[in-house]
Amino acid sequence: MLKAHNLVKIYAASGVPVHAVRGLDLEIEAGEFVAIMGPSGSGKSTLIHMLGGLDPRTSGEIWLDGKRVDTLSESGWALLRRKKVGFVFQGFNLVANMTVADNVELPALLAGTSPREARERREQLLDKLSLSDRAEASPGQLSGGEQQRVALARALANRPALLLADEPTGNLDSRNTRDVLRLLGEVHRGGQTIVMVTHDARVAALADRVVSLLDGEIVDDGRIPRRKIAGAGEVIDLR
Amino acid sequence: MRLHLLALLAKEPAHGYELKQALEQTFGAAYPSPNIGQIYVTLARLEKDGLVRAVDVEQSNRPNKKVYYLTATGREALTTWVEEPTEGPRVRDEFYMKLVLAPLTGIADRMALISRQRRHYLGLMRELNEVMERSESTVARLLVEGAMLHLQADLDWLERCQEELC
Repeated sequence: MLKAHNLVKIYAASGVPVHAVRGLDLEIEAGEFVAIMGPSGSGKSTLIHMLGGLDPRTSGEIWLDGKRVDTLSESGWALLRRKKVGFVFQGFNLVANMTVADNVELPALLAGTSPREARERREQLLDKLSLSDRAEASPGQLSGGEQQRVALARALANRPALLLADEPTGNLDSRNTRDVLRLLGEVHRGGQTIVMVTHDARVAALADRVVSLLDGEIVDDGRIPRRKIAGAGEVIDLR
Repeated sequence: MRLHLLALLAKEPAHGYELKQALEQTFGAAYPSPNIGQIYVTLARLEKDGLVRAVDVEQSNRPNKKVYYLTATGREALTTWVEEPTEGPRVRDEFYMKLVLAPLTGIADRMALISRQRRHYLGLMRELNEVMERSESTVARLLVEGAMLHLQADLDWLERCQEELC
């Protein structure tokens, strides 16, 4: 589904080149849920931005569904994202002068979904994220946690084959995180591929596989062990 | 478990099985379901120490059952327990000892130890997510949330160890 080969990113903004990602190889199967973890500055955000075509790579290749995409123009990427990639930004990137409802419906409408279908999908998503009563609000009237959930709803509006997310629960309290966990679980069971940068172990624990980065390199890549537990007593010990 | 049982008995006298049910209902799916034998053993010890007393209640067609109630000494012990500060959680130092000492012996490297431990913690977190889904009461959910926050801190600490030691 998604493949990165010898991916490199060097930032040279302040004159001194900084290696954010150093020759990284990654292969993600269709339907897989992958959590990307690592300390800040390890290259996680850079990686996910490159995978979504939001930050150009310095060298290396990115393949999506058997097609090379790192060579696409900005408009080529925009078209691709509209068709099959949903992206949740750390900074939400909602359109300030549109309502929550319109923000969520927009990607579906741009992709050619009928207005009725786009509305139904929006209603479902906002309902699952406990945001139905905020549909007519503008992003500026929302709390950080609300904006974050709207950004997730927007990314999912098109039922993208690939969901890329950068810290999608960073601003949520535990009740809202539960809504997000349930929705991501559904999306995963529905067969969509998810690649997510996260510090939040509750979200990472939903993944099939964890990729750990350190200094722009993968230092671990493997599955989360699954035990069969008899009861919660094996997890929580009350004495 | 001694003091947990005393606390329940302070509310009302009860027999062993009722205490087991009360614990399960209060803490929900998150509670390591207490073994009934363990409850009876604990009650017998509490009785021997004078913290509870038992009266036999006759039942038709069945052996008598013992209903336990709190004594004045029991109430005092309970008050002391409630009023004294509780020990904080301790750092999971067993893993840290491995992390620091094992590489010195050449048995394992730190990066591998940290990676394995991270996956293990995430496996535990997955189980807590599942327990959370099954937890209905606020009391039960808060217990799971507490365990999740501790686990998150362990993972954050692991990351710090990786940054500084690897």
